[in-house]
Amino acid sequence: MVDVPDPGWIAARLAAARPRAVAALLRYFRDLDLAEEAFQEACLRALAKWPENGPPRDPAAWLIMVGRNVTLDHVRRQSRLTELPEEGVISADGDVEDDLAERLDGSHYRDDILRLFFTCCHPDLPATQQVALALRVVSGLTIAQIARTFLVNDRAMEQRIVRAKARIAQTGIAFEAPGPVERAERLAAVSTMIYLVFNEGYSDASPDSERASLCDEGIRLARLLLRLFPSEPEMMGLLALMLLSHSRKRARFDSDGSLVLLEKQDRSLWSQALIREALAMIDKAMLHRRPGRYQIQAAIQALHARAQRAEDTDWAGIDQLYAALERHDGSPVVKLNRAVAVSKVRGAGDALEMLEPLSEPLAGYFYFHGLRGALLQQLGRKQEARDALKRAIGLAATPAEAAHIREHLDQLEAPRR
Amino acid sequence: MRYALLCYNDESMTSAWSKEEDEAVMTCLRAVHGRYEQQFGPVVRLMPTTAATTYRKSEKMFTDGPYAETKEQLLGFHIIDVENLEQALEIVRELSDANPGGAYEIRPLMLFYPNGSAVKDG
Repeated sequence: MVDVPDPGWIAARLAAARPRAVAALLRYFRDLDLAEEAFQEACLRALAKWPENGPPRDPAAWLIMVGRNVTLDHVRRQSRLTELPEEGVISADGDVEDDLAERLDGSHYRDDILRLFFTCCHPDLPATQQVALALRVVSGLTIAQIARTFLVNDRAMEQRIVRAKARIAQTGIAFEAPGPVERAERLAAVSTMIYLVFNEGYSDASPDSERASLCDEGIRLARLLLRLFPSEPEMMGLLALMLLSHSRKRARFDSDGSLVLLEKQDRSLWSQALIREALAMIDKAMLHRRPGRYQIQAAIQALHARAQRAEDTDWAGIDQLYAALERHDGSPVVKLNRAVAVSKVRGAGDALEMLEPLSEPLAGYFYFHGLRGALLQQLGRKQEARDALKRAIGLAATPAEAAHIREHLDQLEAPRR
Repeated sequence: MRYALLCYNDESMTSAWSKEEDEAVMTCLRAVHGRYEQQFGPVVRLMPTTAATTYRKSEKMFTDGPYAETKEQLLGFHIIDVENLEQALEIVRELSDANPGGAYEIRPLMLFYPNGSAVKDG
């Protein structure tokens, strides 16, 4: 008896098979457009065949095989080679095809999929273009869907993607199997790109918008890579970091869409399921004793997640973790974040001292002046506090940021109790 | 007789479900649980295999990921207490309509406490 799959089930299968199938087709055709077209053709045939014959045992292998044959057929016809090989015959249930697809796909598939991801991380492409391209090529979103998430029209998005692909074609895609060092470099670049996908969604104020769903996509892509490279602690760290950020999605914005600061969030809205998975990932990553920036950032977020109330936060632990993070990432923003922890552990004076060397690199940064103002206020240096807070208001990007600073200013003006 | 209904499916597919699709499946499953309230014990939904660690006894080594590298993964299980296998199969058919794809393995089980004492009716 053939189990007839419903269309939704087929769509889910096609979406799940996409990265592996497109990656194998890319290795075969060595051309991104051709690989995508081949996959598209194979999907059309799957929609026609699967309801009739039942789903194949290995959908990805089936799609690779059919996509390859159909496209070879097209290419040959276009080059006026009329003779078709016997393997051009498409059938849905032959073991021969499965075997051939297995050989096409075979043991290379880990590096194939990594290559597909890596192709989208071209260093010449600006971050948003990398994200758009990954959503198109790896995730299989339509141009219209991507255009909506970036708030541009379809035509503009299509041009962007065409240009990005042209840039990649110009440089060429590296098809040799990567060595261990190269593989590690690729994984690092791909991790950054996945985090960009996540952050694109994370910046959206409404947790149910189409753009916000990019958070789920980022998490899905990280899980996919982690299934292929299960022993990469930084990939575990990245997944944990995204899960922890995402666990707060219901608490991060109030009903007006204004950002709610971590210490003011209603912690009962945090998703405990995501937090628990993240904590499990961090524990696993730590067994490898190869710390990295994602693992440390995840560990910092985990300390927030473990605190039942804001006042229970282990700030000393967070201070130590930021000190560790500074060794991997000495950027001024990391030092600024550490200063927050220092102010809670050792007081405003020590934190203020940490800020002094940052005044130049972070001169145009809202949070720098906001934190500096708050620290000066705690130390009773009212006039300096007022000046700093006014500078912060001038740099606020959203009404919520400005309102938060104004609260501090109001406290300054209020008579002493 | 108690059975574990081990749920196998392609994780790359189930993890590609949107929140709505996931909730739709869970709602369908809950409807089955409701129809067999007397029969269902605890339900276990396993976290993704990426969260798993495996100890390989022959090599005395911990590795990341699940034990078996298969196309379909063990994603969770239901514990049911039924009259006979026939009723277990009936429940499995309904679960499978609610949650398409993959397979259910129906395994009779014994329940006992670590000190060896039997669980009542186990």
